Formats: sequence, structure tokens, C-alpha cells
Amino acid sequence: MKPRHQRALLIVGGLAALGVAAYFVLRALESNIAFFISPAEVVAGKAPKDKVFRIGGMVKEGSLHRQDLTVRFVITDTAADIPVVYTGILPDLFAEGKGAVAQGKLREDGVFHATEVLAKHDENYMPPEAAHALEQAQKAQRTLAKP
Amino acid sequence: MRLSKRRKPNALWRNHELKAPCRKATMIPELGHFALILALFTALVQGTLPLYGAQRGHAQWMALARPAALAVFLLVSVAYLALTWAFYVNDFSVLYVAGHSNTRLPLMYRLAAVWGGHEGSLLLWLLMLAGWSLAVALFSRRLPTAMVARVLAVLGLVMAGLLAFVLLTSNPFERLLPAAEEGRSLNPLLQDPGLVFHPPLLYMGYVGLSVAFAFAISALIAGQLDAAWARWSRPWTTVAWIFLTLGIALGSWWAYYELGWGGWWFWDPVENASFMPWLIATALIHSLAVTEKRGSFKNWTVLLAIAAFSLSLLGTFLVRSGVLTSVHAFATDPKRGVFILILLAVVIGSSLLLYATRAPQVSLGGRFALLSRETMLLVNNVLLVVACGAVLLGTLYPLVVDALGLGKISVGPPYFNTVFVPLMLPLLFLVAIGPVLRWKRAEPRELLRPLLLPAVAALVSAALLPWLAGAWRMGVAWALGLAVWIATAIVWQSIDRLRKGMPTASWWGMQIAHFGIAVFVVGVTMVSSYEEERDVKMSPGEVVTVGGHTFKFLGVSEAEGPNYVAAVGTFELYKDGKRLRLLHPEKRHYDSSAMPMTEAAIDAGFTRDVYVSLGEPLADGAWAVRVYYKPFVDWIWGGCLLMAIGGAIAASDRRYRIAVRRATPAVVHSSAL
Repeated sequence: MKPRHQRALLIVGGLAALGVAAYFVLRALESNIAFFISPAEVVAGKAPKDKVFRIGGMVKEGSLHRQDLTVRFVITDTAADIPVVYTGILPDLFAEGKGAVAQGKLREDGVFHATEVLAKHDENYMPPEAAHALEQAQKAQRTLAKP
Repeated sequence: MRLSKRRKPNALWRNHELKAPCRKATMIPELGHFALILALFTALVQGTLPLYGAQRGHAQWMALARPAALAVFLLVSVAYLALTWAFYVNDFSVLYVAGHSNTRLPLMYRLAAVWGGHEGSLLLWLLMLAGWSLAVALFSRRLPTAMVARVLAVLGLVMAGLLAFVLLTSNPFERLLPAAEEGRSLNPLLQDPGLVFHPPLLYMGYVGLSVAFAFAISALIAGQLDAAWARWSRPWTTVAWIFLTLGIALGSWWAYYELGWGGWWFWDPVENASFMPWLIATALIHSLAVTEKRGSFKNWTVLLAIAAFSLSLLGTFLVRSGVLTSVHAFATDPKRGVFILILLAVVIGSSLLLYATRAPQVSLGGRFALLSRETMLLVNNVLLVVACGAVLLGTLYPLVVDALGLGKISVGPPYFNTVFVPLMLPLLFLVAIGPVLRWKRAEPRELLRPLLLPAVAALVSAALLPWLAGAWRMGVAWALGLAVWIATAIVWQSIDRLRKGMPTASWWGMQIAHFGIAVFVVGVTMVSSYEEERDVKMSPGEVVTVGGHTFKFLGVSEAEGPNYVAAVGTFELYKDGKRLRLLHPEKRHYDSSAMPMTEAAIDAGFTRDVYVSLGEPLADGAWAVRVYYKPFVDWIWGGCLLMAIGGAIAASDRRYRIAVRRATPAVVHSSAL
């Protein structure tokens, strides 16, 4: 093979590899996106059926109930309430009156079955998605930050 | 100002007088602030005059670079010590100290708390950048004066940009008047030895990439992209890469044992922010090898150096602007994000502009055949850069979608795994082949001898090992086969090389780092394929079994730490009916914080970790308990450590210290093989 042909081969090979890579990347991206939907939107029927999505807002005061490893609570954006059920151990920062984000599916009965509840590092931090939901509800909210 | 002479009846006040010598308001924080302002002006001098001098050939102006770098380092050190002092004496009239410390925080964590928040961690960043500049100033005696002047000038400009950022948006010395009675304390998560080392190591790596960047930019300015430039740049890049590797590994280990999540990598945006510069820095190390030895890939190497540093800045933006939902996200201020974004735009924009004007004049370097070491390193670079691009896409996609008003989304870990693993498999395959190929042109028959044995070993292992490990799976067979392929190839090649005499430190460094990859791959494969995790409800006396290990729950008792109370669980660990040891996971409640903290108890072993952590208390003395069995998990961090050790050995090669002198007099193309 002449050097020129070799270079051409190299370039064509490289481009083909990039193309294949791009195809796999985009396909993987497509199937692993979770949309964020606020409780108000869920109530308005905008939630996808049988597809994983995220909801966020505040954990309603007095709504947290445990039975063995099954936890039930209500996520609210002050405009709408969504009951959530989760099995397992919650992150340390999960508490009533704090912001939270849960990922999972909405069942027929209107209960959100969470497979994951988002953990955070800092108690004064509000997940942007939860803050967004509260903002959207356009209700006055108590500040989460301690004085 | 001895205001506290008068006795106050207030108990709290007395307490402070007793414990903290701090109530004397001092000027030390102002001194620190003032030092930072002086540092900014000094950095501007360092960034401009030597550069101008280098262009015009003014020796005196070029000579300014070294003393200026020293001065900046001293000034930033003063600022850093001033803040440390404020933490040491509990000066709660400094807002940052009041927000991140309190009198009951143990001294070690008070000193580490200096970088426990945004402002202080940026100050640490500045100190490290100043330290790297000083190191360049000290260890560059053999480099041409003009080159040193340019490199230090570029570092000075970067320094000035970050100093302006700190002074304008994140001043750690801001006062809180009247002073707080007591500080708010450090986030309990950060009260861990991991905090003491993880951020500094990571920052050393991040910031160290600025040296590689400065070398590339000064070579562009001078129009001298040659082998000598690559040789000077190599050890610096490798050292930065070592720190980055250790920082990421330590962060991963910290998340594993401290956060109680049991995972070692979550594809979290902030993790990605540190991983992307690592991928590019790894590509850069390999590309620099080609540029030094063969004079090829020059343009590409320069672009990688620019990209690596830009990704470090992007990482800072992602972490510090709060634009992403992340486990690492702390309460933040959007103004800062805008400033970093502008800084990023200036750095990338000016670098690429400079690159565009200079790149066409750069010679192409030596030609090479399809089967050659150059090709291998090219493929290595393409794969690493594509992998980085995929991670970047997944990390930024939610931001883009949000900015376009298409809704809020998140990209899950399966995306990253699906994309990343297929890209890495060919890379693993080539790791064993690259080092045995000759530069420029290799013959296929030369591959047979060094690779026949590893190939057989790999095939046998792929067939048998997954079966021994638990259950035969295709993915496991591939990964373990490739790990054995790499490991045996390295051992075999080493024996072969030793017959011809002692190879160089560089060579050993490369082989050890590559061996680290094999170890890492075994760890990742085993833990992700055969781990067992269970969340269970346990009452005292009950047992649970994972991965052949049985935990017996004995109960929970109260214990008191320096600034927390803890519920301490007691578990007996059994294997094959034999009692191994007691495990004590904790649930801590810190005085200063409403949130509880989980401290997992881990029995670490060479081939497996078992792990137990407490969830919440349930009714009747029962607890929610999480138990894990993690086979080979420690090999993940062991592999990273080997990579870092390999890097250190390679960077210590005598060649970098001796050859630099030889390369100095006008050698444009080194023809060394």
C-alpha cells in the first residue's frame, strides 16, 4: 500500500468509527432521559404513562409514614399534591418540609412509585428542579435556608 | 481592642472567652484581603511585562517573571494563612468562618474547613496555582529565558483572572458585623479525613493542567512547537495527571465509605466535571509522547492542552454555579457562574484565536505507517476524546434542553455506561499492543512473539474466570479476558526487556500505569457484576446473609462524639459459620445540623468488602439496615493508585532533567527514537 492510500484508509476508518460512536451515543441518550414534571403538571395529566420521570417539590409536613421499609409521603409544589411510595432507605437529608426530587413511574391509581430519591450534600441546598416546581406554582414559600 | 476585659454575666459570652482567644477583633483578615489585592496587581505584572519582554528580547523584563511568581506565591500564602488563622481562633466576625466552623469543631476539621466552602476552596485553588507557578519558576533553570518568561506570563494571566473572580464575587474575608456568637459549623458530611485530602489533591490536578496549558500557549506565541517544547511539557503534565488521578480516586473512595451509598461512581455531573479533564489529560500524555519522540501530532497536542485546561474551568463552572442537579451541589450564587463563564469564554476564545493564526505554520512532523506506534496512540487519543465528548454531551444536555425551553430533564447513569464501556473495550485491547510496536513502521510478524502467550492466557481466562467468579456472562468474559491480556502482556514484555538490560524509568512507569488499568478493570467488572445489596428490616437477634457472609444484628446503643451524638449499631459478621469480627455502623446527629449522618461499617478484604449501614429506626427496636457484599471493590482504587505510581515513576525519568539541557541549543527536531 502506498502511504497516501494508507492515510486515506486511516481517515475513512476514523470517520466510520466516529459515525458508529455517534449513533450509539445518541441512541443511548434518547433512551436514558428522564423528564422533570412538576406535581401541578402531573395533576393536569401531562405525565407520561409507563415511562420514568422525575417529580420535585417539598415533602409535605405530616405526610411521612413508614411501615417497615416502605415509605409513603406527599410531594407538593403548593398547587398540587402527589402521593409517593418508596421502598428502601431514604437519604440522610430527606425530611418533611424540605425539598426533594424523586424518580420513578406514575401508576394507574395516581400514586408515584419512586425507584430513587435524590440525595444531596448540603441541608440548605434546594434541588433546582424542586425550586422550579415551587416557583411555577407561584405561591409564596417559606425559605429553606436557616438564618 | 480588648473589649472583652469587662465581665459579662452572659454564659455564652463567658464560654467564648474561655475557649476562644478570638474575641479580640484583629486586623488579620484585612491583612489577608489586602494581600490578595496586591497579589492581583503582581499577577498582572507577571502576566504582561515578561511576555512583552520575550517578544521584544528585553532581558530585564523577562527576568521579572521569576520574582513576580515568587511574590504572588508569598502574597497568596499570606492570604491563605490569614484565613486559616481566622479559623484557628474562631473569628466569627468573618462571614465565611461563621458559616463553616464553630468552637466545638475539632482542630483538624477547623483547619480543613478552610476549603470546606466556596470562597475558601477558591483560595486554596489560588494558592495551588501560585505554587505551580513558583515550581515552574524554580525548576526551569535549564529552559531558555524567553520560554520561561512566556510560560510564567500565561500563568500570571490565569492567576489574575481567578484572583479577580475571588475578589469580586467570592471574598473569603468578608466581615460579619456584629460578629456571630457561634459559628454554623461545617457540613457534617465534610467532617471526615477524606475531606482533608480529596479537594486539595483534585485541585492540584485541575490547577496543574494550567501548566500544560501555559506551555502550549507560550509555544504557540513563540511559534516554536517542537520536540523540545513537548519534552519540557511532559513531566509537568504527568504530575498534574497524577494528582487528578489520586483526587478522583479518593473522592470515589470517600463517596463509597462515607456517604453510605455503597457505590463508587455515580456519573454525577460533578464527578463528570473532574473525569472529563482526566480523560483529556490522559490523551494529552500519550499525544505528547508522539510529539516529543516523532515531532508529529503537534497541533493536536496543543489543542488537547487547551481543552484539558478549559474543561478544568468548565468543571469549576458546573460545580460553583449550581446550574446542575447534583449530589455535590451546594447552595450557590448565580453571579459567580456568569463570571466563570466569561473567564472560560476568554480563555477558550483567545487560545483558539491564537491557535488559528499559528497552526497553519506548524510542520506536520514524521510520517508513519498504518501499523506503527503512532497509529496506536492516535487511536488511543480518538477513543479518549470521543469518550470525553460523550460524557460532556450527557452532562451538558440537560442544560441545553433547559436553556432552549424544552423542559427539564436528567440523563441517567445507564446512558454513560452504555456509551462508555464499548469505547473503552478497544482501548483495553490496544494497551497491550501499543508498547511492543515500533515507531514509524512495524511488521505484523514482530507482534507474534510478545503477544501470543497473552492472547492464549486471555482466551482461557475469558472462558474460565467468569465461571469461577459466580456465573458465566458475556460482558464479564470480555472484561476479565482483556484485563488478563493486559496484565500478562506487561509481565511477558518486562521479562523480555530485562534480558536486553534495564529499561528506562519512563518505560517502567508506563507499564505499571497500564497494569493499574488491568487491576481497575477487574475491580469494576467484579463489583458491578457480582455485588449483592439488600435493604432489610432487622430486629436485635435477627440475621441476614449476602454473598456468603452472615450479619447478626445485636442492637443499637448511644455514644457521644466531640460534636455529635450517635446511635451505634453492633453486628456480628460470620462466614461459613465462623465468627469474623464485630461491625459498628453509626447514625450520627451533629449538634449544628438538623440532618443525620450515616457512617457505614466496612470489613475490607483483598477479594471482597462487606458493608453494613444503618437506615432509620423502625418500630419495636428494629432498624432499617443496608447490607452489601462487594467483590474486588478495593481493586478499583488499587488500580488508580498503580496508575498514579506509574505516572510518578515516568515523570522522574532522568531524561527530563538531562535531555532538557541538550535540547536547548536550537534543536528544532529531535530525531531520538
